[in-house]
Formats: sequence, structure tokens, C-alpha cells
Amino acid sequence: MSNENVISVDGLTKRFGHFVAVDHISFDVKRGEIFGFLGANGAGKTTAMRMLCGLSLPTEGKATVAGFDVYTQNEQIKKNIGYMSQKFSLYENLTVKENIRFYAGIYGKSDQFIRQKTEKVLEQLHLTNEADKLVGSLPLGWKQKLAFSVAIFHEPGIVFLDEPTGGVDPVTRREFWNMIYEAAANGITIFVTTHYMDEAEYCGRVSIMVDGRIEALDTPSMLKQQFDAASMDQVFLKLARKAERSDN
Amino acid sequence: MKQFVSLIKKEFHHILRDRRTMFILLGMPIAQIILFGFALTNEVKNARIAVYDQSKDIATAALITEINSSRYFDIENNLNSYKEIEETFKKGSIKLAIVFPQNFHDDLQHFNKAQVQLVTDASDPNTANALSNYATAIIKDYENRITNDRKLPYTIKTETRMLYNPQLKGSYSMVPGVMAMVLMLVCTMMTAITIVKEKELGTMEILLVSPLKPIKIIVAKAVPYLLLSIVNISTILLLSVFVLEVPINGSLLLLIFESVLFTLVCLAFGLLISASTGSQQIAMFISLTGMFLPTIMLSGFMFPIENMPLPLQIISNIVPAKWYYSIVNAVMIKGAGIEIVWKQTLVLAGITLLLLALSIRKFKIRLA
Amino acid sequence: MKPVVVDHITKTYSSKKDKVTALNDISFEVEEGELFGIIGPDGAGKTSLFRIIATLLVQDSGKATVEGLDSVKDYKEIRNILGYMPGRFSLYQDLTVEENLNFFATIFNTTVNENYDLIKDIYSQIEPFKKRRAGKLSGGMKQKLALSCALIHKPSVLLLDEPTTGVDAVSRKEFWEMLKKLKQQGITILVSTPYMDEAGLCDRIALVQNGEVLSLDTPQGIIDSFENPLLAVRSNDMLKLLKRLKSARGVDDAYPFGEYHHVVLQKNYNKDDLSDYLVKEEPGTEIISAQPNIEDCFMNLMKN
Repeated sequence: MSNENVISVDGLTKRFGHFVAVDHISFDVKRGEIFGFLGANGAGKTTAMRMLCGLSLPTEGKATVAGFDVYTQNEQIKKNIGYMSQKFSLYENLTVKENIRFYAGIYGKSDQFIRQKTEKVLEQLHLTNEADKLVGSLPLGWKQKLAFSVAIFHEPGIVFLDEPTGGVDPVTRREFWNMIYEAAANGITIFVTTHYMDEAEYCGRVSIMVDGRIEALDTPSMLKQQFDAASMDQVFLKLARKAERSDN
Repeated sequence: MKQFVSLIKKEFHHILRDRRTMFILLGMPIAQIILFGFALTNEVKNARIAVYDQSKDIATAALITEINSSRYFDIENNLNSYKEIEETFKKGSIKLAIVFPQNFHDDLQHFNKAQVQLVTDASDPNTANALSNYATAIIKDYENRITNDRKLPYTIKTETRMLYNPQLKGSYSMVPGVMAMVLMLVCTMMTAITIVKEKELGTMEILLVSPLKPIKIIVAKAVPYLLLSIVNISTILLLSVFVLEVPINGSLLLLIFESVLFTLVCLAFGLLISASTGSQQIAMFISLTGMFLPTIMLSGFMFPIENMPLPLQIISNIVPAKWYYSIVNAVMIKGAGIEIVWKQTLVLAGITLLLLALSIRKFKIRLA
Repeated sequence: MKPVVVDHITKTYSSKKDKVTALNDISFEVEEGELFGIIGPDGAGKTSLFRIIATLLVQDSGKATVEGLDSVKDYKEIRNILGYMPGRFSLYQDLTVEENLNFFATIFNTTVNENYDLIKDIYSQIEPFKKRRAGKLSGGMKQKLALSCALIHKPSVLLLDEPTTGVDAVSRKEFWEMLKKLKQQGITILVSTPYMDEAGLCDRIALVQNGEVLSLDTPQGIIDSFENPLLAVRSNDMLKLLKRLKSARGVDDAYPFGEYHHVVLQKNYNKDDLSDYLVKEEPGTEIISAQPNIEDCFMNLMKN
């Protein structure tokens, strides 16, 4: 992990009419960091994430992602990030290989690059024999791992993961986190949301959003100390119980 | 019974709260009547035409006056050569040119025969056809009138081909067609979509695990659309009588009865579609291709069935809209009673029963 | 008579290309008044199982009964006595809270007043919003409404298919508290969930994976059957530690577990040997004995 900030957010705000979905949030994320972005349903996580991915314009505040401004340079941001959502983001009726080809093609990678890297990725995932199978026929855990590989296939600086492990079995969930660790070790910054509180412990730093504001931000162990809690689950409950609004 | 009422109430809530859909459902017949009644009609009024009269005698003068006084034509200019005709067409200022050859009156007097040439702008084939039909009709009229006084008939040969059914008033045939289309859209498509929507939302799961009988679910889905269709039928009839000035010559009761029968066919078809698909998109697609296109193409409303190749003529018999169209045409325009349309009515009733039986049988008491 | 009996049920889905076995010879019985949990990840076959019991699907072989009634033959009777909450939020979004509740009461041939006692605790929380359309409710409130609707006809058996999926930790806690209260009123509840940490809140659980029951017991019983010694280990470089653990002697399995790594030792292996080795490699490594929880058990069962 270096000291370079790849995401830097200052007073970022999003209003929908009178409703303040995201209320002056500020934080920095360093290169290679695994940053956990937690919050109850409706706390404003998704809205904040959309702004950082260049999908939605902030109402107020400043933010740069991979060095690009979210107001004016959202095209460059999109080129330099990877994104994977809780809802499976690959095409079920395309094969494993076709999916990789398609997504890599979107990012304008050369044929040679795609060919070589596809082989490597399939090998890592132990999917070489399944390369020509339809993605729809794979078990959920494999799909999620494949989706993550696809999201970082074009070697982005940052990858946004929106509840990547929902409903996945415990063993695959850990395999998935191994992949995250490896990606982080290779210098990819990980920005991840999750409903599994044990996964919050795997993050370098964790922020917890309540009612559109960031109420806590630190390493898991510091947070537990600060809130006098035995686990992240308790930290989360202590904070989220205060919430006045819920869901979107 | 309470269950049933509650189901229907719920359906009405769905319809009434989806303002946009309701607006479309109620506004569509109005839009269609206006579209088909005015804009898309192949009736042409006050078309500008030209005359190239090489004869300039009393017969041509009489005919020209006759044509000019009809509401279809306005004689724009008199031309003096074929070349001029071509030029005027190129400028696009006329739609039809009437050419009288030399000695028109003499020919009529001595040989009892004469010729008229109708030149139309075929780049707009519909208008061209309609205009030549109108002109021919006027000429035939004149021919009949002068023949009355004589033993040997006069014949004035017009040089155009009869490509099209002469329809002297467009909206007459449009109204029954629009009725068929609107009912189809409201009943078939909307019924199919509302049931499939419940499958997609997962609410069908809950309805199925409740003690409700499937037949109740089906009928409750159909009732609101049946009522909505009756509203639509009334709108169409009112609009056609008061705006398009198409009279209802036959029995209004019979017309409504037949329309309700046709509505049932559509509902049954919609139910059948919903029973065999799982997504709103597919339901919509099937209703459009399976019901809507055949209604437009094969019901006789846009294209005369008798001009179709034999296989299509045979296929048209299974299109319910064909029967409904011919019933409405007969009852509304020609003033026919049940003694004339009973055969078509029986066919429609047969199709209804068949489709209903099929859809109730296909309605699943379980998922998948 | 057992409220729910599932007896050697198998269900496969076949498409042109391949055959997927959703349920493979599953059997269990739920006792009167029990809160029984089906715990397993997505794709384990939970939804298929619930749909078969709810008479919405027909199994390939085997038999399911609810209060002695056969799920295929007596589906009409079962539909009268069953409360069912499907996985997705399945209420009418364009009807208000009140209208939804009244509607479901009517189609089950009852009224809201008749069984208000049963849902009072739950419904009173959303009653202030009864004129609001269901689609405009928050996730937690939707869940409460769905549960009220499933309960309105006073079912003797309640089936809840993944009621807490996609719901945040706070709402999940609240939901389980509601289930506990319902259980006290004598309703038999069968609930499924992918969250292993919810297992402890059930009376008995079946751990399922790939359409098969891995283990069936009380949560404590399942934990007790975890025979290997379990350690929790942590150091400054967790990634390096995990790699070291995986290749260490006597280690059956090692995986991240919250702030620690859990280490499953081979049964006859002495934990002190591992401690010595780890501390030698990296001084300051913290090693403590750990109590397995359901997730440890699940992973252990998955491996075997």
C-alpha cells in the first residue's frame, strides 16, 4: 500500500429534491487498500458509489477517482475502474470465454492481450475446461469469482464491488476474499460493500454510513475499541440502530 | 363471492392507479378513430386535377362540368398537349389528368363509343387509385344518364385499371376495423400482461397457495377489461356516429352483443397467452404478432380478402377479427339483422368456447 | 402428527442440454411448534423445497405432507392452512398497506379483525403508514407487511423462504425477534436463510448444500459434532499467515474468520506444536482456542 490517494472525497453531497441521500461525506482511499463501505439499507451507500463511478452527478462537494474529477471527467473514470454488482453482472447466455472477450473488448484491449490473459485467468479460476460452457450453467460461486476476474481483467486502478458475496456459500466466500487480497497486493484498490459483518473484518479500513453521513471510519480493530464492541457486527448494530430512515 | 369481489376490486385498483396505462387504454380508441377516420382514409377530397380536352365539344363540356362540380375534384388547369401533362405532374400540382381524344362527341353519336384517358400520379398509389375510381364513377354516371334516352347504349371507355375496391366513403369500412383492433389491444394484450405481471412480481405464488379457485382468478382478471372494453365500444360508436357521420343502420343491441362476444374471444386469447409465457415482454410480443397483425392483415379491414391468394384466404377463416369485422360491417353499415349474421356469430362463439376451454385447461394450479 | 414431513424428496430440472438436480433425496420432519431452519447458500435447493411443501411444485419422487395432508393430492386443503412468504417481496406495490392486508384476508376467507391478535405486534409497527402504497415502504416495513399478510388467516404452518436476504443487519435482528414471538403463539415455522449466523436462532436446523442435507440437529448438536480442535490465529500480516497455515503440518483447513484465521487441526494433532512453529516464524502471533460456530461446521461438512 502506498500513500497515494486514489479516491479522495470531500463534502460530497447528493440531494433528490428535499431528500439528502448523501450528506457531506469525506474520506480518502489509498492505492492497494481494501476499503469497506458499510451501511444499512437506504443509508446512501448505493448513491455514493454511483457518484464515485461517474454514473451520477453530485449536488455538492468534491471527489476525484483515480485522479479524475467526478464532475467533468467521468469518461476517464469509467476507463480506469472496474465494477461488479451483487446482481450477477455477466451474460448468462454467453460462454465464459465470450463474456471475457466481450468485457475486455469494451475496454479496447488488444486481441493478443485478451488471448493471453484469458488463458491465465481461466487457469487461476480452474475454469479451463468450462471455457466454452454457458455462464448460466455455472454454480453461483463460480459465477461471482468469474465476474470479479472480469471486473479487473482490464487492470483498472480501482474496483468497486457492490455486495459481491451475497448468498454465496462460506467456502466460496473465502475463496472470493482470497482473490480480493491478491488483487489488492497487486496494487488494485478495492472498494467493497457487504452485508456480512465478518467480511468487514477483512477490510483494511471500514466506513459506516448512517442516514447519509459517515458516522465511523477506521480500521476494524480501532472501531471495535472505539465502540467498546467485541465484533464488527456489534459496532454496526450500535450505529445503525440510531438510524432514522431505512431503505431506499 | 366476497373473495371474488375483492379480487375484482384489486384489479380495478391496478388499472386506476396506473394513470398512464389507463390514459392509453381510454384514449386509444379516440386516437385510432381519428387517425383512421381522417388521416389514413383513402377518401380524397378536392383533389386538384387537369383536363386536356382535344375535342372541345358539348359532350366533353358536360362531363367536365360534372367532374368539376363533384366534391372530389377541383379542375386546376386546362392543358393543350401531352407534354404539358407531364410537366404539370412533375411540378406536383395535380393528382390526375383527364384526357379527351379528338371527336369525342362525334364518336359517341356515330359509333356509340368513346374513350377517355385517366392519367394518375402513381407515386402515391392509394390516392391515384381512389381518384381514378371516383372519376370513372362520375363518367359511368354520365354515360348512364345519356343512355336513358336511347335504344342503343352509349359506352364511354375509361382507360384505367380497376386495381382497388371502389370505396366511395372511407370511414365506413374503418369503423368496424378500428373496433376490432381496439378490443383486441385492450383485451388480449392487457389481460395477458396483467396475469404475467403477477407471475413476474411473485404475487401469483401467493394467490396460488391461497384457497382461491383458479377459475376465480381468471374471471376476476377478465371482468375489469370486459367493462373497459364496453366503455371503449361506446366511445367508438359515439365518435363514428357524431364525428365521422357513419350511421348505425342495424340494431344497436345486436352490435353490442356481438362486440361483447368478440371481447370474450380476445380475453380468452389473452388468458391463453398468459398461461404459456412467463414474461411481460414475450406476452406483449405474442399478442402483437399473434393477434394484432392478423387482425390488420387478414380481417378484410385493410386489404380485401377476395384479392388474396387462396392459402391466405383459407387462413383468414381462423382469424376471429375477420368474422367480427364482417358482422359489424353487415350490422352497422348494411343494417343486417341476426338472421343474416348468425353464421358468423356461431363461428365466433365456437372460437370463444374453444379458446376459453384451452386457457382454463392450460392455467396452471402450480408454478412451472 | 408431524406438521411438516419431507420424505425422500428428489426434484430435477431438465433443459435440453443438461439436468440439474435441485433436491437429492431430502428427508426431515418438523415438530409441532418448532422453529426449523433450512440453512444453505443460494442454489442449495431451498426455494424448490419450499415450493414443493407449499404445493406450488411437484417433486419427481418422494412425499411431502403438511399436517398429514399430501402436497400433491391434497393441495387444496393445504392451501387453507399454510402461510407462505416467497423469497421476493410479493405484495401488490400499487395497493396500500391496508388494502394489501384486507385483500389477503378476504381471499383466505377471513377478516383482519378476526385474527388481529396474531399480527398485532407486527402490524402495529406499520399501521401508522397504512395509507401508504406498499411499493413506497422501506425494506424492513415491506417485510413486516409481507409477514402480516402471510399470517392473516392464522395458518398452522408458516413457510418463510429467505425472509432476511438482502435485508440489513438491523432489520434482520428485528425479524428474528418477531419470529420468536410467533413461535410462542404455537405456530410451526419453517424458515430458510443463507446467513449462517441466523442458524443459532432456530430450534433445529438442516444444513443443505447442492440439494442434500449435510447435517440435521439442534444448532448446539451440530456444533458439538465438530470433533477437530479449532484455533483462532492472528498476526500483523494476515495474508502471509494464511499461506503459512495452509502448508503447516497437522492443519486440516485454514480460512479467514473475522479478524482471525480459523485453523482446523487434525484430530490427533497437538495444538502446542503448531503454536511453537507459528511463534518461531513470526513472534507476536496470537493463538487461542476457538469455539466452532455453524459456519465452521458448514465448511467442515462441505469438505467431507
